[in-house]
Amino acid sequence: MAENLINPENLVYKKTDVLTDRIMHYCPGCGHGTAHRILAEVIDEMGIQNETIGVAPVGCSVLAYYYFNVDMQEAAHGRAPAVATGIKRVFPEKFVFTYQGDGDLAAIGTAETIHACNRGENILVVFVNNGIYGMTGGQMAPTTLVGMKSSTSPFGRDTKTMGAPLKITELIAQLPGTYFVTRQSVHKPGNVRKAKKAIRKAMEYQKLNKGTCFVEIVANCPSNWKMTPVQSNKWMEENMFPFYPLGDIKVPEEK
Amino acid sequence: MAKRGDVVIDIEKCKGCEVCISACPQEVLALAPQVNNKGYHYAIKVNSDCTGCANCAIVCPDAVITVYREK
Ligand SMILES: Cc1ncc(C[n+]2csc(CCOP(=O)(O)OP(=O)(O)O)c2C)c(N)n1
Ligand code: SF4
Ligand code: SF4
Ligand code: SF4
Ligand SMILES: [Mg+2]
Repeated sequence: MAENLINPENLVYKKTDVLTDRIMHYCPGCGHGTAHRILAEVIDEMGIQNETIGVAPVGCSVLAYYYFNVDMQEAAHGRAPAVATGIKRVFPEKFVFTYQGDGDLAAIGTAETIHACNRGENILVVFVNNGIYGMTGGQMAPTTLVGMKSSTSPFGRDTKTMGAPLKITELIAQLPGTYFVTRQSVHKPGNVRKAKKAIRKAMEYQKLNKGTCFVEIVANCPSNWKMTPVQSNKWMEENMFPFYPLGDIKVPEEK
Repeated sequence: MAKRGDVVIDIEKCKGCEVCISACPQEVLALAPQVNNKGYHYAIKVNSDCTGCANCAIVCPDAVITVYREK
């Protein structure tokens, strides 16, 4: 009965061509895939596929250049904002983004992150915070929650010896160079829609040359959190969101 | 009455994560007892209550689902 609905006239959703057809290497249910997709959809909907240059990080998303059907450059671990700075300065009319995990952006790349944002480079930084080093087997990251177990904090993060988790997004928002700073998630349909709107805004703002736009996406890492994808999303709501609350952190003053 | 919809699932790309299943308000989706070539139980339709809301496709990390809705 329903078969007759399947024709192009009735199409309401299909994979964007700004994502390649390659099967992504991410673990089942990993938020990286959804984060890639909404960024690709924004590029598609803005019609800027040929004007966009992305910079991939080191981390699970190291192979992002296989999946985004735009010009991409791989950066050394943590250096994506510095590489993006160079690209944007040479091609100021292009849309330039970095895509980085929390280990990449908030550990080894802290200096590049802070200084690019402080200089107000006109780039979009997409920051996927899963509170762990996913790629290398679940070591503690600066963003790992207090008490959270990882392979290098097997009894849970203890602030006495390991320090407190770093809210780098709040820190970034303090810098005069940032224009729009927000924290989103992609685990539920409503959240995906909001996160996509935030990325759209950030891309649109890039035309204004007003500074760095920074979109954090709090995401799951089911494999290293050692949970099923659905459990990990629930755990994220109950544990990550209280510490990393969703919503805009710095919004431009609308005239 | 809600509009009728339908989904097409690219089963070889599906990783059986079940995120779409928990996002579907109509309980249309479930995992197949069979596995695909990668060894994942893949998502299938188990009824025809789909309204074409696209929630499943929007949360699918692997862009597996295409959604149709009657005009
Ligand atoms: C210079 C350098 N130091 C360390 C590593 C090892 N390494 C690879 S990925 C990674 C952390 C990745 O974590 P994150 O950025 O949070 O990405 P995720 O995999 O969680 O998405 C580390 C420490 C490396 N590849 N290069
Ligand atoms: S290890 Fe974690 S972050 Fe990396 S692909 Fe798997 S679930 Fe995603
Ligand atoms: S969300 Fe996508 S990958 Fe996961 S089970 Fe559903 S269709 Fe498969
Ligand atoms: S389109 Fe909506 S109703 Fe149909 S299967 Fe997907 S989530 Fe369920
Ligand atoms: Mg990480």
